[in-house]
Amino acid sequence: MAGRVFVTGIGIICAIGKHTGETLASLRTNHHGIRKLSILDSIHRNELPAGEILLTNEELAVMAGVTDLDMNPRTALLGMIAADEALHNAGIDPKDKQYRTGVISASTVGGMDKTEVNYRNYNKGRPYNNFVLTHDCSYSTEQIATRLGFHDMVSTISTACSSSANSIMFGARLIKHGMLDRVLAGGTDAMSKFTLNGFNTLMILDKQHCRPFDKSRTGLNLGEGAAFLVLESEEALKGRTPLCELSGYANANDAYHQTASSPDGYGPYLSMKQALETAKLTFPGMNPGVTAVKGLHPGVIGYINAHGTGTDNNDLTEGIAIERIFGDSIPLVSSTKPFTGHTLGAAAAIESVISILSIQNKMVFPNLNFKEKIDELHFEPVKELISGIELKHVLSNSFGFGGNDSTLIFSAC
Amino acid sequence: MEAYIRGIGNISPQQTFDNSAFLEEIREYQTARLQSVTPDYKQFIKPNQLRRMSRLLKMGVTAAGICLQDAGVEKPDAIITGTGLGMMEETEKFLNGLIDNGEKLLNPTAFIQSTHNTVGASIAVMLGCNNYNLTYVHGSLSLENALLDSLMWLAEKPSSSVLLGGVEEITQDHFTITDSLGFWKKGEISNLNLLENKNPGTIAGEGATFFLLTREESTQNYAQIKGLATRFNPGLKPQAASFMENFLSQHKLNKNDIDLIILGLNGDPENDAVYNMARDYFGNDISQTWYKHLCGEHYLASSFALWLSAKIMKKQQIPDIIRLNKPQQTGKTKHILIYNHYKNIHHSLILVSSC
Repeated sequence: MAGRVFVTGIGIICAIGKHTGETLASLRTNHHGIRKLSILDSIHRNELPAGEILLTNEELAVMAGVTDLDMNPRTALLGMIAADEALHNAGIDPKDKQYRTGVISASTVGGMDKTEVNYRNYNKGRPYNNFVLTHDCSYSTEQIATRLGFHDMVSTISTACSSSANSIMFGARLIKHGMLDRVLAGGTDAMSKFTLNGFNTLMILDKQHCRPFDKSRTGLNLGEGAAFLVLESEEALKGRTPLCELSGYANANDAYHQTASSPDGYGPYLSMKQALETAKLTFPGMNPGVTAVKGLHPGVIGYINAHGTGTDNNDLTEGIAIERIFGDSIPLVSSTKPFTGHTLGAAAAIESVISILSIQNKMVFPNLNFKEKIDELHFEPVKELISGIELKHVLSNSFGFGGNDSTLIFSAC
Repeated sequence: MEAYIRGIGNISPQQTFDNSAFLEEIREYQTARLQSVTPDYKQFIKPNQLRRMSRLLKMGVTAAGICLQDAGVEKPDAIITGTGLGMMEETEKFLNGLIDNGEKLLNPTAFIQSTHNTVGASIAVMLGCNNYNLTYVHGSLSLENALLDSLMWLAEKPSSSVLLGGVEEITQDHFTITDSLGFWKKGEISNLNLLENKNPGTIAGEGATFFLLTREESTQNYAQIKGLATRFNPGLKPQAASFMENFLSQHKLNKNDIDLIILGLNGDPENDAVYNMARDYFGNDISQTWYKHLCGEHYLASSFALWLSAKIMKKQQIPDIIRLNKPQQTGKTKHILIYNHYKNIHHSLILVSSC
């Protein structure tokens, strides 16, 4: 296994933008996307705010250039739009078949928006029951791949809220193993009653705008969206300038509880530590047993785009893990979920795009709604937009149910 | 990229969970929905845990436990699983509650256990295993994706071990819905004469199959996985012969080197046409076998085939129940080729050799 993996294109659709340009503009101007639900038909629409994309499926279908709404769940439509933008951004013509190209996506709900509407009416038979063909998570991946004519490799990953970090990691490893030259890697998840009610039963949804890393935090806001990165081998670059390098990645398991993280954030600690090791970066807590010394490894990681959901459990344990890794040389930290909501299977891909935008635009986007530090932690997240900052390395965390923790590191070229 | 199979654990519609047996007793089903024959879970799972677990979760963690025990491994260095539809029973349970109660008074347990990574994550919790943990959910390529990742993992970390698994369940509702789309055979059927029934459709199945993979040589090893190939082929004509030929030549083999093929014939004439091309390609001098009459068709069915290949290699024995022909063969089975496809969209080949 050898070689480096570069990011040459990014594409995104989420509550704060239909594409990268709009998303960046919202991030720069503190325009968040958390509001009353208006597209999803749920009894909770007035009490549980979320990061919804204010476009109907009909409108999304027009953007994606597809006509068959029955056979294209919202997850697939969002995925197609983000994938198209990423390819366009990379300057890749899908008709160009000289490079082996894979589509590695991630999702947690798949075609659930169709299933939850049609499931109980299945006695009506055909063609009504075709919804079942769109249910599983791989369906949207294949809609994306087929439309672009990419047949070399398709895969879909589902590890709850860390899903798309793992699709990016798998894509990078496929390139390093010489199995593919290019990978469209990311994830897509649409809002559904299933997930909204699921998270609601767990009592971790905030009825107000979420407040990650704040002492008063009481939960998360759900979101929806899709994002894809174009990953390429050094050879496939052919002298083109990449946006950045995907220099580190890791996946570890907290092995503590199905929905709660361990009190010391051991899984998050492991995934950050191993990602830093893959990227061959030094960090204060790299030698176990040796207390981190201030200033020993300054500025290696410039910014952490935290998982930072806004739940009591996540932010505390993620914070503890960050302190264990970085001692008192904590990089700039922010959670951008108050902008986008928690987009579940798409979250890591969306936050990868935001991390790359940070490097490109020399900016760190703020952790909205932060007022007061968590008692047990010793750092505060970034409260206001920071501009003109050279970022060499940005670390992005994504943690999920089942203790599935993943970390990605993007580095300036 | 290659790996030895050190341990196995298989729960399927046949009695396969006992590693000392090998298809001596065969279950006949006169329905198009085959459900797993399960062991006494109390021997594997603590009663307080058992009570809260869904059917597929019990199948998954138990098959994984049998596999680890077989391999003598306590904590693998990676847990990589595949599932097509994921935790269907819990998904339906939560959906029904949501619809029946108008989004009120819902129980979180079904939601928690409905996430696709539930089996892989639960194994990690039960073993206290903090290592690499991933769940692939790509339909009938789920096992193949997970196997590819496993082989890559072992190439990156040669002294490690990987717990590879595939889990899938068929619920009554999912069966009924897909039945309305013509997935399953109608009328009188028996899984044991599936190929004589020329009606369209097949029989539905399920299973939980695990493998402990390592690069370390040992007399305990069952077989060696030499590699795999997959193809995503929507709307294209099946090209079984060239697909197999290219794959074999990558492994410096030709078709005469293969002693046995395991084919995914499932009784649906259109589906089986692809395998008939494969049978013609290899001819009658090698052993041709099939297995979906035993486990049913499902997204993870190729895990049953991989399990079969491990057993055949270790025992050097081919059960009559899987034979499609009986050539005059005297030598040892050295190379097995597994060919599976799903509705001519996904094709996969796995090469398994003796140790």
